[in-house]
Parts: sequence; C-alpha cells; structure tokens
Amino acid sequence: MSGIDARVLTISPDRPFRASITTFGALAWSGFRRYSTYRQATIAGSFTNIVFGFLRCYVLLAVAAGAVGNRPGGYDATQLVTYVWVGQGLLAVVGMWGWTDLADRIRTGDIASDLLRPVPPLVSYLAADLGRALHAVLTRFIGPLLAGVVFFELYRPHRPQTVPLFAISALLAVIGSFGCRYLVNATAYWLHDARGVQMLWTLGSGVLAGLSFPLRLLPEWAVATLWVATPLPGLLQTPLDVLVERDEPVTQVGLVALQAVWAVVLLRLAHVVQRRAERKLVVQGG
Amino acid sequence: MIRMRDLRKDFSVRVPAGRLRREKRLVSAVDGVSLTIEPGEMVGYIGPNGAGKSTTLKMLTGVLSPTSGEVSVFGLTPVPQRTRLALRIGVVFGQRSQLWWDLPLRESFRLLRHVYQVPPAEHEQRLRRCREMLDLDAFLDTPVRQLSLGQRMRGEITAALLHGPKVLFLDEPTIGLDVVSKQAVRSFLAELGATGAVTVVLTTHDLADIERLCDRLVVIDHGRVVHDGTIEALHARYGSRRSLVVDLDSPLPAGFVLPGTSVAGVEADGHRVTFALDETSAAAAVAGLVAVASVRDLSVVEPDIEDVVARLYRAG
Ligand SMILES: Nc1ncnc2c1ncn2[C@@H]1O[C@H](COP(=O)(O)OP(=O)(O)OP(=O)(O)O)[C@@H](O)[C@H]1O
Ligand SMILES: [Mg+2]
Repeated sequence: MSGIDARVLTISPDRPFRASITTFGALAWSGFRRYSTYRQATIAGSFTNIVFGFLRCYVLLAVAAGAVGNRPGGYDATQLVTYVWVGQGLLAVVGMWGWTDLADRIRTGDIASDLLRPVPPLVSYLAADLGRALHAVLTRFIGPLLAGVVFFELYRPHRPQTVPLFAISALLAVIGSFGCRYLVNATAYWLHDARGVQMLWTLGSGVLAGLSFPLRLLPEWAVATLWVATPLPGLLQTPLDVLVERDEPVTQVGLVALQAVWAVVLLRLAHVVQRRAERKLVVQGG
Repeated sequence: MIRMRDLRKDFSVRVPAGRLRREKRLVSAVDGVSLTIEPGEMVGYIGPNGAGKSTTLKMLTGVLSPTSGEVSVFGLTPVPQRTRLALRIGVVFGQRSQLWWDLPLRESFRLLRHVYQVPPAEHEQRLRRCREMLDLDAFLDTPVRQLSLGQRMRGEITAALLHGPKVLFLDEPTIGLDVVSKQAVRSFLAELGATGAVTVVLTTHDLADIERLCDRLVVIDHGRVVHDGTIEALHARYGSRRSLVVDLDSPLPAGFVLPGTSVAGVEADGHRVTFALDETSAAAAVAGLVAVASVRDLSVVEPDIEDVVARLYRAG
C-alpha cells in the first residue's frame, strides 16, 4: 500500500524526507495558530485550572496530614503540592478532554476535505495536536505553575537528568493522549455519534491517568496492572512522577520507555483503525 | 484521463418497518455509469436532486469506495491511491470547506503550499492570478469562519488550484454566489479551460454555468446517464423548437390553425399566443399570421435549456 504510513515522520514515501518535515512543521504551526486565536478560552481555561488546583491541593494535603508517616503513596508534602500544580498545567498540555474535531468532521462529512489532501489524516491531526500542545506549554502550563510557586513550596528536582526526562515524558504523554483521543473520536466512523464513548473516556481518563489522585495511593497490584495494561498512567502520572523524583532513576527511565511503547502501539492502532474506516467510510452529506 | 466503467454505489439505509423494527434497504445512488473523459475536456455533470452527482464525484476523488465497477483517474485507482491522486487533482465540494476555519485565508493558502509542497515561486504566481481574477484581496486576512459564502467559495476555488492540478472536480462551485461573483468564477474557469491544460468536471444546478463553460453535457438521473453530448445535441434530441410569441389586438378565431406550428400557450384572454415552430420558419409563420390577425407585437424565442432539461428530468 503506497502513501500511507503511521510513522510520524514519513508523510509519504514518494516524497523526500526533508520536505515531509517541512510539511509536518507547517501543519503543527497551523495547530499552534489555531489555538492562539482562542484567547478568551485560554484565559478562562487557565483560571479554571488554577481554581481546581487549590481544591485538589488542599484535599491532598489533608490526606497527607492524616496518612501514616505523612507520606501517602510515597510522596512528601512538597512532592504532592508539585504533583498537583504541575499536573494542573500539564493537563492542558496533554489535552485529554474536549477534543471532538475528528468525530465532528466524521459526523458532518467534512472528513472528506481531510481525505482530499495528500497527507494522511492521522499524520496531519497529530501534527496539529503537537502544535496545540506547544501553544498550551507557552500559555496554559504557566499559570498553574506560577500559582504553585507563589502560594506553596514546590519540589526542586535534585538529579540533573530529571528535567530533560520530564520533557520527553511530557511529549510522550501528549502523543499517547492524542492516540487515545483519535481512537475515541474514530468510533464515530461506526457509531455516527461518538458522544457516549467520549463521555466514558472523559470519566475514565481523569481517574485512571492520575488526575483525581496519584495512582500510587492504590494497592500495588492495581498500580502494576494499570501501568502495563493501559496507556492511561502514561498520560499524566508518569511525567509527574518523573518530575518529583518519586522513583529510582532506573525505574523512571523504565516508566518513560513504557510510555514510548504505548505511544507506538496507540499510533499503530489508530493507523489500522483509520485504514479500516476509509475502506467502508460513507462520507455523509451531498 | 478519467475512466468509469459500470460504476455503481449502493448505500444501505435503515428504514422504519413497523413500530420498532428497522429494515435494511439498498439505495442505488449510482447505477452503472460508464464515461470516458479526455484531457482538456470541460464536462458539465447535471441531474435532478439526488441523481447521484456528488456520489460520483466522491468516488472519482477517492473519498468513497464504489460498490462495483471500475474507476481510474490518471490511471490511478482513487480509493487505494488516494494520497497520490490528491497531489494531482483539485476538488471543490461547494457545501464544505477545505480551508482552516479559524485561520485567515492567507494562512490557509500558505499551509496548502506546504501540504502540497509547491515551490514558492509557482505558488506565488498562481496565487497572484487567483487574487486578480477572483478579487480576493479585500478578505485575504479575514478568518475563514467570518467570510460570506461567496467570499469563501472564491477562496475554496483558489485553494483547489494552488498546487496546479491537471484535473478539477467541482461540485456546485457557484452555489450561493451573487451575479458578479458567479461571473467572476465563470470567466476564471472559462479561461482555465481555454488553455486546454486542465480537465474540468463540474456539477451545477445553474445551467448558465454549463452554457458558458461546458462543451460536453452529461445528464444523470437515478444514477444512470440519460444524455451525453453537446447542448445542441440535447436540443435536437428533444426536438426543442424556437417559438413565436405574438400579442394580438383581439383573440384568434376558434379553430384557427397556423400551418407548421402548434399552440404552446395562450395568455391574457387570448391576447398573447405562443406558437411552437414545429416545421416552419419564423418568417413563414409571421406571414401566415398577419394575413388573418392584427398583430401588435411579436418576438422569436430561442429554445431554453432549462425547459429541455426540465423535460429530461420529468421523463426520468
Ligand atoms: N450517506 C448516504 N447514505 C445513504 N444514502 C445516501 C447517502 N449519500 C447519498 N445518498 C443517496 O444517494 C442518492 C444520490 O445522492 P447524491 O448526493 O449523489 O445526489 P446529487 O446528485 O449530488 O444531488 P444534489 O443535486 O441534491 O446535490 C440520493 O438518493 C441520496 O439520498
Ligand atoms: Mg450533490
């Protein structure tokens, strides 16, 4: 099959690699530009994230105060506070919720316009999503982080590799989240109305990615199962654990590697689903 | 260039049958279309609502798999070779947008240059041409979601042309345009077609588009081709005739017959009569008429394509 490949950087085997990078970059820029036009949404979103940051922060601190040895799940108070505030910022970067572009376009038939371009939809949506994430890093990530710095004491990483590893982990979290969302949206190819699935995803992902509470509070077996059998902890919990140095360095690298494996699996799966869908796709509307 | 052989598309739809049951039924949207279109042709693809025009265009552009039959464009099979085909065709589906909704038109164009990897000089040249012909400058920096339908449509046509496609598929490119915009789009397309370098397949409900642009007319109804040829051939086939409209001082006597014509309509209490010129010339008919009646005014009307097409649609 020519022309379609799930690998991120190969837009089309017929075309030189450099040119494909430029195309990918331009599409990413379109995602960035698009979100930069939603200024009010950016401000409102940051505000909400900060408000919920305070709520979550005080709840977790109360839990910590009541826990044995003051270390619930193996975090001390500064680590917990950092987990919450960086998590509130990262949530917007990872963008787990509220993305229904693909499902909407399938439902209305506008997906036809995506299919009429020489770049496979999975690739162009991924590029645009990375652009969106970059925009969120520069805007939505900052607010909660500042709030954390101003009102609490945040954890300072001790190991030199922590911050770069966090960056890689966050990038993999964005890709993993994109893969999940793409699959959730792609159910619209079969269901025509993906809202039920979206709802399930919104409810499930918040809890199982470690937003509601750090998953390390769960029993050992549950933690192991979640990490290996689902991509969800990799969407939020892993990068935060990396940043607050929750585990030994080797374990941290292992967790990030697991994220990478999941990212590849999810993109591959999305690619297969997209191909299946295209074969039976009925583009709606005259 | 474009070949279709016995192309079919069935949609399966669920229709209510009884109170709770729903029954699967097949709708034959395209029912065995065979057509060959040569390079440089401009083909008007018309038919009543629901005839299967958009469905055919979807199959030609690779966004919809045919149920059966063969289709090829540039020797490529559209669905499996869609991304490669996309580099070489330009498509406008009048009812949808291929532009980035939140971005200014200018940026959509810039993005398309990268998506199609067009050399900057070529891009610049084509864009300049479209800006002149389609008068885009006034709204180049407006986000697409704020454009009026006609402005957006001119943007869509530009977007479809920036990578220099050799084949254009236009599904109702003049839908919702005002008279001036329509003329701009038509003369732009006419000029494009005149070079002979671009093949155009266009659907429309505005037959003036066809008269102005297309030498070849394909009429489709219920998924089947019912006419394929020039507009003149269509008139000849349906025996469309010129007609003579006369205003009279007093109604014609009952039982009056004008040789070689038939009465096609009587208005204003018999003061205006329309004769279809079946087997006679306009001059002979006028001569025959003034001999018996006092004619105040008269005009000869050329056959109207809308009438012919309406007749064709009704027959189907
Ligand atoms: N997604 C779909 N599911 C079921 N039936 C469909 C679908 N799309 C089109 N049809 C049916 O196929 C037939 C042809 O539709 P099509 O859109 O090709 O018509 P058209 O010639 O473009 O009409 P119009 O002039 O109104 O645009 C119609 O009877 C329509 O109801
Ligand atoms: Mg149509």
